[in-house]
Amino acid sequence: MKSFVEIVRRDLRLALRQGTDSVMVVTFFVLTVVLFPFGIGPELNILQRVSPGVLWVTALLASMLSLDRLFQTDYEDGALELLTLSPTPLPIIVMAKATAHWLTTGLPLIAAAPLLAVLLNMNSSGFVTLIGAMLLGTPSLSLIGAVGAGLVLGARRGGVLLSLLILPLYIPVLIFGVGAVDAAIHGFSPNAQLLVLAAILLAALPLAPWATSAAIRQAIE
Amino acid sequence: MHRFANPARFLRLAALVLPWSGGLTVVLLGAGLYFALVASPPDYQQGDTVRIMYIHVPAAWMGLFCYTTMAVASATALIWKHPLADVIAKASAPVGAGFTFLCLLTGALWGKPMWGTWWAWDARLTSMLILLFLYFGHMALVNAFDDPTRGAKAAAILALAGFVNVPVIKFSVDWWKTLHQPASVVKMGGPAIDASMMLPLLLMALGFTTYFVSVLILRVRAEIAGAKIRAIRLMQVHGQG
Repeated sequence: MKSFVEIVRRDLRLALRQGTDSVMVVTFFVLTVVLFPFGIGPELNILQRVSPGVLWVTALLASMLSLDRLFQTDYEDGALELLTLSPTPLPIIVMAKATAHWLTTGLPLIAAAPLLAVLLNMNSSGFVTLIGAMLLGTPSLSLIGAVGAGLVLGARRGGVLLSLLILPLYIPVLIFGVGAVDAAIHGFSPNAQLLVLAAILLAALPLAPWATSAAIRQAIE
Repeated sequence: MHRFANPARFLRLAALVLPWSGGLTVVLLGAGLYFALVASPPDYQQGDTVRIMYIHVPAAWMGLFCYTTMAVASATALIWKHPLADVIAKASAPVGAGFTFLCLLTGALWGKPMWGTWWAWDARLTSMLILLFLYFGHMALVNAFDDPTRGAKAAAILALAGFVNVPVIKFSVDWWKTLHQPASVVKMGGPAIDASMMLPLLLMALGFTTYFVSVLILRVRAEIAGAKIRAIRLMQVHGQG
């Protein structure tokens, strides 16, 4: 537990000192969302209709863009190899790194989402559900993404490959995330979709770090 | 199982199996196509378009079957470091992708006259599309590393992670009541299909399976031959240098 907290703090400190990473993720998120009104026209009811999907898809892409630095820098400077040699089980280390990734990308995205929802004219009854769905969904994105980030360590053209591997696995989170917000906007209860999102998170929480450690072990062999 | 880890023994076994599986493929697909296209009645609602199902349904089964083969081979490769299992997983991916694509294509051809649309974002269709992307990801990952054993290992982990999709596809029609019809062959209370339509379906499914076995053997053979060529080239290079 102590090393878990230590690794989270280390990664957060690194992210803060290098500075621009989280800011860039949020900027990408905001810019991409702002592109949509130009792309599909400024009619408010159309924007309202597509707002949950646009927000989720761009949040997903933004969180994917930052995945390559989850293990890549540690892999290149050898820190990852030392981490795997530590007495702490590798899945715990992976979970710590995924937590740090979520704190530096998922959380800023959630903070920015309501503002963008206003820009897209989303019905205010969807706001709370949007935050709730993203709170349940974005940790799964970080966890599932960690598997892909571990798999492409040392691969040629890792970035493009990462999106090919990870985006299909992101689709369930996207479907239920959008479904929850859609239901709330149209006055239905979003509970069912939120429960499925929670189930995905609960399944990813033990399984993804385990698969990621297998991937990391074969990468540093 | 470890008896078959020896490529030479596998090649001998493959040489024995291949003529049989190849011959069975020709016979079963021939008979299946005859029953599917000529000797089975048109459906009372769908008319002759029902004949597309004799390709569509077995292709869908094979898409899942190939992925399961790939996942089992990947688990075997990871757990027991079985050298042939990696080759089998690598060899089944493109075949499975082909079957999945065939399933989606025939589904679209059937959907246009029956549902009035080429494609619907239905749970079964979407999860099948994800399966196709998983195959593509697997094929890309295998070839993404300079060291082929690294690619094989990474792809094995991906195949196992993607396996969560297989039960989702199987039960998607029960969990979400969307456009695609629920299971009618393997279900509680026996199949809901008339024997005259069941026969071509089963013949085609068996034919597809023996086809998969034959192609798998050919592809594994080619992989082993490729590994031998690489080894010989390396020996030549080192011998000269």
